[in-house]
Amino acid sequence: MASVTITITEDDIDPSFEVAQLKDQAVGAISLFFGTVRDTDGDLTALHLEHYEGMTQKQISAIADEASRKWSLNGIRIIHRVGRLLPQDMIVMVAASSAHRADSLEAVHYIMDYLKTDAPFWKAEETSQGLSWVDARITDETAKQKWQKS
Amino acid sequence: MVIRYFAWLRDHTGCAHETIQCPQEVTTISQLIRYLSDTSEGHKAAFAHEGVIKVAINHEFASLGDSISPDDEVAFFPPVTGG
Repeated sequence: MASVTITITEDDIDPSFEVAQLKDQAVGAISLFFGTVRDTDGDLTALHLEHYEGMTQKQISAIADEASRKWSLNGIRIIHRVGRLLPQDMIVMVAASSAHRADSLEAVHYIMDYLKTDAPFWKAEETSQGLSWVDARITDETAKQKWQKS
Repeated sequence: MVIRYFAWLRDHTGCAHETIQCPQEVTTISQLIRYLSDTSEGHKAAFAHEGVIKVAINHEFASLGDSISPDDEVAFFPPVTGG
């Protein structure tokens, strides 16, 4: 089983530090995904992220454990930020290391797809109009389902 | 029983969590929703769109027909939007 680290934090993510934690003699591939705050309409002041403490860690652990059963991984590091984030800030990082690239690339994709639908986080957009909750996207559910077929 | 509300459900209920003494006849999530809906106008508004609401019992996703007991922590929230 891969070594798994899960962090929920208000702090920014340091990619160099995260990569350094995943380096190992047996590792030949480190894959990373970063999700950032998008401002499609140009009127976003900030994004507020809240989560269900207690359930979040449990759900993400279950996703990471399943990924390490499906692929041959050395390490998994997941960071999800909460609190008030600004446009272009990093929201989430999923990183995995493996001997060969296919395992870590696919595992990161899988973890992100499941995190989108199974981890209890909620976003609210702050604009000049006030605060409004972001609706879930049906495409996130579809993205997860493709792993259930394979 | 501890009940937690997140995101827009909390906006409606006006509280993030509450501790309730459930009547004995309330034994499932569905019945709990009906019971809570009657406690205030805010609760009624929160549960108005029951079809989209997600529920967790003791930090695990649950369904409307699932049984509840007095020591449970039950959370209600909209579909998640993290990542």
